[in-house]
Amino acid sequence: MGDSNSLILARQLTKRFGDLTAVDGIDFEVAKGEAFGFLGPNGAGKTSTMRMIGGVSPVTSGLLTIFGLDPAAHGPTIRARLGVVPQADTLDLELTVRENLMIYSRYFDLSWREGARRADELLEFVQLKERSRDKVDELSGGMKRRLTIARALINSPELLLLDEPTTGLDPQARHLVWDRLYRLKQRGVTLVLTTHYMDEAEQLCDRLVVMDKARIAAEGSPRELIDKYSTREVLELRFPIDQQPVLDGKLNDVAERIEVLPDRVLLYTGDGDQAIAAVHRQGLRPETALVRRSTLEDVFLRLTGRSLVD
Amino acid sequence: MSVLTRRTAPLRVPTRSMHMVERNVMAYRHNWIVILSGFFEPVLYLLGIGFGLGSLVPAVSTGGGHTVSYAMFVAPALMATSAMNGAVYESTSNFFYKLRYAKTFEAVIQTPVGVEDAALGEVIWAVMRGCLYSIGFVVIMEALGLIASPWGGVLSVLAALLIGFAFAALGTVITTFMRQWQDHEIVQLALQPMFLFSATFFPITLYPPILQAFVAVTPLYRSIHLIRGLTTGQIDGGLLIDVLYLVLLGLVGVAVASVRLRRRLLK
Repeated sequence: MGDSNSLILARQLTKRFGDLTAVDGIDFEVAKGEAFGFLGPNGAGKTSTMRMIGGVSPVTSGLLTIFGLDPAAHGPTIRARLGVVPQADTLDLELTVRENLMIYSRYFDLSWREGARRADELLEFVQLKERSRDKVDELSGGMKRRLTIARALINSPELLLLDEPTTGLDPQARHLVWDRLYRLKQRGVTLVLTTHYMDEAEQLCDRLVVMDKARIAAEGSPRELIDKYSTREVLELRFPIDQQPVLDGKLNDVAERIEVLPDRVLLYTGDGDQAIAAVHRQGLRPETALVRRSTLEDVFLRLTGRSLVD
Repeated sequence: MSVLTRRTAPLRVPTRSMHMVERNVMAYRHNWIVILSGFFEPVLYLLGIGFGLGSLVPAVSTGGGHTVSYAMFVAPALMATSAMNGAVYESTSNFFYKLRYAKTFEAVIQTPVGVEDAALGEVIWAVMRGCLYSIGFVVIMEALGLIASPWGGVLSVLAALLIGFAFAALGTVITTFMRQWQDHEIVQLALQPMFLFSATFFPITLYPPILQAFVAVTPLYRSIHLIRGLTTGQIDGGLLIDVLYLVLLGLVGVAVASVRLRRRLLK
């Protein structure tokens, strides 16, 4: 059953809905204490994978164990040790902020007294103490997300599953969520998250898999993936609209790899400034030229030929 | 279908189902007036029709040479109806909202509470609401002298529990088939004639034999027959058929509802 350190083990894990294959024979392992990410565009199979891990979606074929247990046979035992932050908020709209946490503690068979203690502690942790008597509707998107995270922590889970934890949040709200997740990681909680934001994956994940079309395209730490699939720097050139030049090989010697996107040209190179000089020598006059570090976005583009966020 | 639940001992106390009940009590604390309003309808019928109209009606024959006053005839029917109403309202409208819009169960099944636990919990809650109405109603009946013996009163509350169970289970199943709010009108379309024609306001013997046979197999008729037997003190073997009918309807309903909900929630 894999090594005893792995909290999650998947081998040839497959999920089909009728004719549609949502997850197509993927292999991965998540170790205790790790922050592990599934990076990929919408429809890549991330949510289906998370639902199988969460024990609310039956595995079609292949092997999946969580804490060494089979979710088909030990659903409640596994769920008792999991925290889940689903993609869409499922907070109880008929209850107040604090009641949401209280009743969730009851679902985990905690006593009322213990539930109250943890609810107050978690409200403090996600900075919602002042809102504890409010109905959930009255909260902003970022606050709802934080409450969902607090709710997922009510049973002190060993493993926290987060499906797109910050999708739809403004930058400030995202950073607050990231900060809380980072603290949890430091406390030793194992995090598994899906995202289509490369910055989120880079910020939070020790290790990740890039998913595309129901399969895993690559695996490694953000740094490893960038080193392996991209160059140190990227030169982004923008040309005036309708004047995207005919490059026909002009830049082939300038960069290791070239990606021509509808709105810009990306040159992958070890040294961006040298590349700019070379571009100018070729007689090309881009409207803007920007040198930046490679990111997971570039890795994704390389692996799939497409951008992450359409 | 693969099994995503723990194996359940058949007679285990459904602790996890009771967490659903706790959730509903918590939600209703913000909205208790809704519970209260559902209680008054049958009480108003009892006063308006049982006593008002009843004053024009001579005693009603309930078979076997027994006759009772019209109020005594109508009251148990209204009690059965109130148990039904509480259970049906809870298991259709409220359950529909939680299932389709509030995603309540999506959150619940991420915890050790399983789909079956949640389904049973919802049914228990609906029964409790129906039972609450019945207890209130039986107190009023007793106060107005409409119950033949104290035992009849106690047993009729237990019977109301069973009626609530059967209708809550049935309502839950129906709700799993509903797609939109308009579908609730269809439920009303079934409830209203059932309320009027299940020997509620006149004896079943007024129907031609073929209609009698039809009415006799509807759930509200069996419920009314049971409670009327208990409150008027006419206890016979026929009540056993009512009990069996309602138990069976409830058990089958809970089983079907569980399967339907698993299919919906565990994709």
